[in-house]
Order: sequence, then C-alpha cells, then structure tokens
Amino acid sequence: MAIKMKKKSTSTDMTAMCDVAFLLLTFFILTATAKAPEVLPVDTPQSTVQTKLPEKNLATLTVGGGKVFFDIKGKDVRKRTLELMSNKYGVKFSEDDQNKFAVMESFGVPIQSLKQVLDMKPADRSKAGQPGIPKDSLDNQLAEWIQNARIANIEIQDKELEIAIKGDAKEEYPVIRKVMDILQDQKINSFSLVTGLRGKEF
Amino acid sequence: MAELNTGDGGGEKGGKVRSKKQNSKVDLTAMVDLAFLLITFFMLTTTLSKPQSMSLGLPDKDPDKDKNKDVKVDENRTMTILLGDNNKLVRYVGLLATPVSGGAPKDFAYGKDGIRKELISRKEAVLQYTGNKDKGMIVIIKPSKKSNYRNLVDILDEMAIVNVPTYAIVNDFTPEETKLLGGSVSAAPVPATETANP
Repeated sequence: MAIKMKKKSTSTDMTAMCDVAFLLLTFFILTATAKAPEVLPVDTPQSTVQTKLPEKNLATLTVGGGKVFFDIKGKDVRKRTLELMSNKYGVKFSEDDQNKFAVMESFGVPIQSLKQVLDMKPADRSKAGQPGIPKDSLDNQLAEWIQNARIANIEIQDKELEIAIKGDAKEEYPVIRKVMDILQDQKINSFSLVTGLRGKEF
Repeated sequence: MAELNTGDGGGEKGGKVRSKKQNSKVDLTAMVDLAFLLITFFMLTTTLSKPQSMSLGLPDKDPDKDKNKDVKVDENRTMTILLGDNNKLVRYVGLLATPVSGGAPKDFAYGKDGIRKELISRKEAVLQYTGNKDKGMIVIIKPSKKSNYRNLVDILDEMAIVNVPTYAIVNDFTPEETKLLGGSVSAAPVPATETANP
C-alpha cells in the first residue's frame, strides 16, 4: 500500500508575528522622543555615574574642536533670551525669526550672523560650518548668552537655570577650563558634565 | 511565505457554475514587513536613554585675587594627581619635596588596576592615620594644558567610584610639577593648594 504524503502548505501563519511587530511598533512610537539633530557632533567621554540630565531648565554648552555651541531647553525661555540678547547687542529679529529660534537646535555663531543661520533650512545649518560663539575677553558673547538665559529662565520658569557642559572626549583641557571660568565668573560653581554610560567592568 | 493558491486555476468545467471557495486567510507578509520597517526606523531615531551627567562643584572664586585664601591642610591627607598628555597620570602623596612613605611621584594607568587600587588603599591609610571619619583623604587634581577632557572625566569618575570625600581641581602648576609630567623628577618647594568640598 502506498503511503500518501500529505501536501504541506507553504504559507506560514503571520498573525502572531504581526501582533508582536505592531506591539513593538506601538511601544517605540509612544516612548520616542525625536533625536535633536546635532549641529556639532561630539563624542562624550564615559562615566559610571548614573544621574540623568533634567528635561527642563537646562542650558547645554557643547564644546568640540575649540568651538562652543549653545542650546537652551524650552521655547519660551529661548524667545525671551533672544529678546534680551537682541536688546543688548542692538540686532533686530523679526517675529518669524524668533519663532524659528524657539524651535532651533543648538547654534554656534556670533549674534551678528545669527539671522543668516535662522534663514537657512534646518538641514543646511549643520553643514554651514558655524564658527562657534565668541568667548574671548574682548567679545564675550557666550557669557552674555548664559547670563540672559538665566534671567529669562527665572522670569518664565521661576527656577535657576542649570548648566551642562557637553565636551568632546579629545578636547584639550584649556578650552574646557575657559568655559568653566566663564561660568565661574557668573558665580555658577556647580554644573553638570554630560557623559555616556560606561559598562560595569570598568 | 506567500500563499500559493493551487487547484483553483482550472476554470469552469462542465456547465455548472460553482461558487469559488473563498480563502479566509489574509496575506500578512507585507504588513509584517511594513511593521518591522517602522520599528527599525523608530529604534534608530529615538534616544532611548537620556544622556548621563555628572555634577561638579567648584570652589567659589572671588574676582579680587587677594581674597582667595589658601587653605592649609594636613599633608598626610592629600594626594595630588597630575594629568599629562597621552593619558599620562602621575600621583604623589603629601608634599612633592617630602612625600610620605610610599608616596613618591609615580606613574599610574587609568582604571581598575591602576589608580583606583592606589586610591582605595590610600583612602584606608588616611582614615587610619586620622582616626576620624570626617577627616578623609583629600585629592587634588591638576590637569595640565595638554591633558584632554576624557582624562578629567575619567579621574572625576574615579573619585565618584572610590567615594573620595574631598577633591578639588587646581589649575596652577609649579615648574617642578611640569617637569614631573615631562619625565624628570626633581625636588621642589611646596605648592600652595586650595581645596573644595564637592
């Protein structure tokens, strides 16, 4: 008697796989916060400290290649800071420019050429080769930005602004020291250093 | 993967119109493909964890230089760590001219088998010496101009791991200390140090 082979179906049941895939998808969509494009990409050093950076009331100074870039969290604080800076340096910004500045990523240009950066498309800003915010004693715009951001933050959030330094691992110490000195001149004696997470075995 | 419909292709044989048996299965392959594509996209564009940060406190700096007082501390409690270029690290205990026993300037490596062992053993020794928990070790970190930011963060991280009660970042270098990083060792007068509570 011949044995009849059952004809196997070539199709797989995709239902379970589909379920899992969409479950994961939902999870990722809900937990996602879009990664802000980095204008000045830096490779942060690692540490074992596990303190997280705050989401609000934070200004980040990105230091890499001798340049300093500045970033503040919060749209209202950013707008107010720009307003204060524009009064101080006599550079006018239109309503449109202010709105663009509010949602912009970090920047590193003297305030005189900030408008050109605002007029660029977001994708072009990182390619533009921004020179960094002037920080020498003759034209210390970085100190002014920090000062005005602190004022703006106290006006709007009623809290002291926290400062984080995000430095490149290969950055030489004198540049970092210069930034720390600027902070210390404003009596900011405690701030955070942004680091990556290091494995346990270090 | 895709459903192969075999046996339906025959068409109508004979005169009777047979209603085709509808296949109840939906082909989910394309849907799964799409879902995984989106998952990949979201995984790559999200920052799952917020960046870590380490807080750092520096001593108050008075703009008037004369008012910055030097704090005198017991030399038996201090360890000075000099950071040089190419990940060089030199430490001495006490004063550079008259280091405490076993505390002469010596090179160390970063990490678990290098400076950390030394820090832990020295911390114990200081506690035994003072016999007072409030008077622990004091570490003075001196990053040279050629050291990089990674060195600084690494050594601050060591402070956090070893739990050093007091440490300070000091910027002034004596010529002797500069020489030390350059390689040659020589006796030197005592540098004035300032300390801070982190």
